[in-house]
Amino acid sequence: MNDRPPILDVAELRKSFGHLEVLKGVDLQVRPRELVFIIGPSGSGKSTLLRCCNRLEEPTSGSIRVEGMDIMAPGVDINLVRRRIGMVFQSFNLYPHLNVLGNVTLALRKALNKPRAEAEEAGMQALARVGLANKAKAYPNELSGGQQQRVAIARALALEPTIMLFDEPTSALDPELVGSVLAVMREMRESGMTMVVVSHEMRFARSAADRVVFMDQGMILEQGQPEKLFNAPDHARLKQFISSIERH
Amino acid sequence: MQIAKLVDTFFDVQVMLQYLPKIVEGFFLTIQLALAVVFAGIACGLALALLRVARVKAVNFFIVLFADVLRALPPLVLIFIFYFALPPAGIRMSGFVATWLALALGLAAFAEEIFWAALLAVPKGQWEAARSTGLDFVKALRYVVLPQAVRITVPPLTNRTIAVTKGTALGAAVAVGEILYQAQSAYTFSYNPSTLTLGAIAYLVLFVPVVWFGRWVETRFAWKR
Ligand SMILES: Nc1ncnc2c1ncn2[C@@H]1O[C@H](COP(=O)(O)OP(=O)(O)O)[C@@H](O)[C@H]1O
Ligand SMILES: [Mg+2]
Repeated sequence: MNDRPPILDVAELRKSFGHLEVLKGVDLQVRPRELVFIIGPSGSGKSTLLRCCNRLEEPTSGSIRVEGMDIMAPGVDINLVRRRIGMVFQSFNLYPHLNVLGNVTLALRKALNKPRAEAEEAGMQALARVGLANKAKAYPNELSGGQQQRVAIARALALEPTIMLFDEPTSALDPELVGSVLAVMREMRESGMTMVVVSHEMRFARSAADRVVFMDQGMILEQGQPEKLFNAPDHARLKQFISSIERH
Repeated sequence: MQIAKLVDTFFDVQVMLQYLPKIVEGFFLTIQLALAVVFAGIACGLALALLRVARVKAVNFFIVLFADVLRALPPLVLIFIFYFALPPAGIRMSGFVATWLALALGLAAFAEEIFWAALLAVPKGQWEAARSTGLDFVKALRYVVLPQAVRITVPPLTNRTIAVTKGTALGAAVAVGEILYQAQSAYTFSYNPSTLTLGAIAYLVLFVPVVWFGRWVETRFAWKR
């Protein structure tokens, strides 16, 4: 159904921190409009994998291609690459000294050098998409966690990325606020955004993911369609992990 | 009786009026010296802290050495070195310049440490968020990290600045005509302690508002994220 070339193509990726090898040869391809869900126990290397994809973490070896371009190649302008890859963090990381619109437009203005009016128009559009246009003048500390995370999503969306990476976007939220963030992510998926989501929201995975990837100890142990993976996992470790998640 | 004598000794209005012009002169010189110290000290301290962010080992070694040595040295020692010990080595400077340089370097050392601590206190996630949107290192520092760091810096920096600018009185030891020097020479002429009282008043007029400003800053910048 989807045999266009991958937007993200990770091959034989390894990453060590000192003597600790955290990624032990990961291969992952994400095709346009695909939503890939990554699950796995804490410490299995999920965050490190995402962070290598925009080189917030420097891979030890292996290759990463984004839209066909080798982002590890010497001479690559990593700041250009990063604008194509939206990233959303567990802890939101909004800039507390800027208001919501300032957060969303900073990179437009200072990295893309767009004039203020143009940046603000794009920023307002992104905010409207996450349902927070009315909060443009608010400061992050005046918002709920769910609203903050949606602003963080808008900040990434404003740059019109070709792929978005989410690292446990709802883990820091009170349960009643999770839904609003997931709703935004669902809308993004429906409008065709390519997404890689690290999360333990199994119900969201079942209903929205094209593919679920199970990581364990720095490797991809199993992957497939959500129904298959959740209902009939091949590996005992995955079975164990799923039951541990679904217990709470 | 006692009180009258006390007032006569320390608040002799006639003597005070006589030396007032000199003290006023010293007052303005103190302001000039203090402002020169504050600008040079803070600018230099900030520059060093920003340089330190680049984390070049050899460079940082010297920055830390500078900060530690200058924070350890009593400023008067430094003033004497500049004023008395350097001329035989062929470097001459006025008492004003020696005092300015000594105090500014001292303030720079403290300011560097304060800015550095504040830069470290900004959560790593702020850097990462900025970098992940394609801002380069310098822009992430300039637009995201530094504004937050400066905010953290304001209270401790204000306090340190007040402490260092009071050190302008040390200039009296090398004939800088600031407040204390004027008061002291007035005293030598008049043998009347009222001249010293007048000097003290001049310091209060100058620094009490500054201390109040520091207090205000302290509450104004106590913020929650
Ligand atoms: N900057 C770092 N320095 C050293 N070790 C790290 C660093 N970041 C992550 N790790 C280690 O790498 C392993 C994987 O971490 P992470 O990718 O965060 O896992 P996950 O997101 O799946 O919980 C953990 O053992 C963690 O302690
Ligand atoms: Mg993680």
